[in-house]
Amino acid sequence: MQVEIMIAGFGGQGVLFAGQLLAYAAMNKDYHVTWYPSYGPEMRGGTANCTVIIADEEIGAPVVGYPQVIMVMNRPSLDKYEGIVKPGGFLIVNTSIIDRAVERKDIQVINVPANQIAEKIGDKRMTNMVMLGALLANLPLLSNEEIAAELRTHLPQRHQNLIGANIQALEEGARFQQEPA
Amino acid sequence: MTKQLLKGNVAIAEAAVRYGLQAYFGYPITPQTELLEYLSKRMPELGRVFVQAESELGAVNMVYGAACTGARVMSSSSSPGVSLMLEGLSYIAGTELPAVFVDVMRGGPGLGNIAPSQQDYNQIVHGGGHGDYYPIVLAPANIQEAIDYIGLAFTLAEKYRSLAILLIDGCLGQMMEPAELPEMQPVRTVYPAWAARGAAGREPIIHTSIYLNPLDQEKTNLRILSRWREVQAKEIRFRGYYLDDAKYAIIAFGTAGRVALSAVRAARNAGIKVGMFRPITLAPFPAQAIRELSERLEGILVVEMNSGQMLEDVLANTHNRAAVEFYGRPGGNIPLADDILTEIKRIAQGKSTLNGHPRDRWVDRMLAANPGA
Amino acid sequence: MDEFSKETLVYERPNTLTDFTTHYCPGCTHGIAHRLTAEVLEEMNARERAVGVASVGCSVFAYNYFNFDFVQAPHGRAPAMATGVKRLLPDRIVFTYQGDGDLASIGMSEIVAAAARGENITVVFINNTNYGMTGGQMAPTTLPGQVTTSSPHGRDVETAGFPIRVSEMLSTLDGATYVVRRSLHDPKNIRMAKKALRIAFTVQERGLGFSMVELLSTCPTNWGMTPMESLHWVETKMIPYYPVGDYKVAPVVAEIKV
Repeated sequence: MQVEIMIAGFGGQGVLFAGQLLAYAAMNKDYHVTWYPSYGPEMRGGTANCTVIIADEEIGAPVVGYPQVIMVMNRPSLDKYEGIVKPGGFLIVNTSIIDRAVERKDIQVINVPANQIAEKIGDKRMTNMVMLGALLANLPLLSNEEIAAELRTHLPQRHQNLIGANIQALEEGARFQQEPA
Repeated sequence: MTKQLLKGNVAIAEAAVRYGLQAYFGYPITPQTELLEYLSKRMPELGRVFVQAESELGAVNMVYGAACTGARVMSSSSSPGVSLMLEGLSYIAGTELPAVFVDVMRGGPGLGNIAPSQQDYNQIVHGGGHGDYYPIVLAPANIQEAIDYIGLAFTLAEKYRSLAILLIDGCLGQMMEPAELPEMQPVRTVYPAWAARGAAGREPIIHTSIYLNPLDQEKTNLRILSRWREVQAKEIRFRGYYLDDAKYAIIAFGTAGRVALSAVRAARNAGIKVGMFRPITLAPFPAQAIRELSERLEGILVVEMNSGQMLEDVLANTHNRAAVEFYGRPGGNIPLADDILTEIKRIAQGKSTLNGHPRDRWVDRMLAANPGA
Repeated sequence: MDEFSKETLVYERPNTLTDFTTHYCPGCTHGIAHRLTAEVLEEMNARERAVGVASVGCSVFAYNYFNFDFVQAPHGRAPAMATGVKRLLPDRIVFTYQGDGDLASIGMSEIVAAAARGENITVVFINNTNYGMTGGQMAPTTLPGQVTTSSPHGRDVETAGFPIRVSEMLSTLDGATYVVRRSLHDPKNIRMAKKALRIAFTVQERGLGFSMVELLSTCPTNWGMTPMESLHWVETKMIPYYPVGDYKVAPVVAEIKV
């Protein structure tokens, strides 16, 4: 078993952190896992992405040409990565700030108005957790509880008061489960 | 100890600390900077030495001075910074002192970019600095190996009074993976007899790389070489995957090696009997093992994130016994497993040859695929 | 004082010098600079805790003449190498011995950075206005109009620029504690030089930071002069451009009584 997940968006949308939560949770479930970020100029240009690979054996390549799951937090990420979702894979789209529909027909698309949901919960910074909730609802490798445990461990002290809201964000996102085709 | 999710650069830094690192001197350069940043906090809190030098020239010569005192000492940099350090590496080697360096390679030549690459193979493995000297070069392919081999680098450097260089790329420096750190080991309190620490009750100790009499220099060259032959006899390390029944094999190190592993698995699923040979010590090079592979395999594919540098060392040991092909992605690109799989399939279809040079065939294929190049 | 009235030994090598014969040219003041450095270290009882850093240039073999631990730096890098030694051995006396080509040209980055860090080392800086070891080429310190083997018509400041006054420059750095220039052209100045070296090493011994003594020196062979002419040239040509004086004396240095 091997699952490749790419998370992409603007710097500041919690893209790298969302990937790290997945990696921590996978590690603590005794999976093999790699987390590989974009770094340098790409990052400074305002977009960020990371690739998380979860497997039950030694992981080879930490980056892949065609990830099974891509979570796009903004329009540039959709434009850049729609074409490389593995056929049959998932594309999770933050429709709050992405103003076009997905064109491909050979992948499963999960549209999530993540900014609006996060703002309703009380903080736009939880957009990444809404998206992550939607991702895990459709890819049941890890549970929301397992992610929540990592939030408790890795959320900076000054944000620990937001744990409850973060968990709520995960749960709100989880409602966007794709009907089986 | 339990596993932690660790970033390569940070894992190496903390592992070095736990293996008794006494002093670090460095200069910021992407993609190794986290190593320096981490130690800027960690070393002083342990009462150990950290200096951000004025340049890589400064850093390497601070390492040189510290190494003269018999301390466990290291620096780190990335390709263009390592180019600047080569002067110091030659001097340290010529003075026969132990010192450890980490090179987190990026794309080039020149300023290039900060993306992962293996462009420094020749610069590191085959010297780079002036003169006949032989650094021990270790190439981990994952974070656990990076941790283990920084410890091994100290051990080997001190055992053989040699340079030991951990050669990784930006991908291994930046990625996170679960790994286990060693227990904290005590810092050295007893120093080797050659350490220059003040001539209390003894004759002076002098550390220099100057031997104005060519005969004295030659003796030194031969002493360094005979030590190196001992390293070659005892310290070669590599790892094989799926080689027992293999008809073909990929030879690749570091990140290229792990990508190749994915391709090998995919090829196995497609029924192709391919294995992988991953050198861990690039120097000493696992020449004998590659010679033996070439005697029993039908084809070998060398994969590198450069234009074919280790390729020459492989060719020097296969002696046209097995057909060798090359696939490389220079310039800061990580090859894709799918593209390596395509190469494996081509070889399995009998499309490899003993004629000509594998680099030429690869360049022709690359140029055909990139007409604008 | 009756020591000169008796037939007693009045001169012997300090325990900080070996009995090697130096390779320096007749009339060169490197020998004096070595002797002064060695005497000061002996007087400070520092032989067993001194580590010298030799540079590249005529003083490349300094380690053969000093009788304590010595390491040899690449060209210009002695202050970096001394930093490495000193940070690992903070209670030792660590010094570099560098010429003007080494320190003021190829090693300018290392000396400025070491001074700016307030690195607790001592620098003995020999300024003889040329590259002696390689046969007398123009150095950053070569005077305007001075003939060298690479400025055969005299240093032309239009194309080769102006000399660098290193002590003045380093004195602007907050990290520097003690930066002075002395000359070795006559007994009075030699005594002043020794006193400055004593202060510089004491600055280090007390952990007060970076200290440097620039010593105006002769190079009779490459200057094409007799030793006496060379001493006169230092006095009449070099000192007007490179005035002897104290360029940086941090207030704390006033507490040092030599």
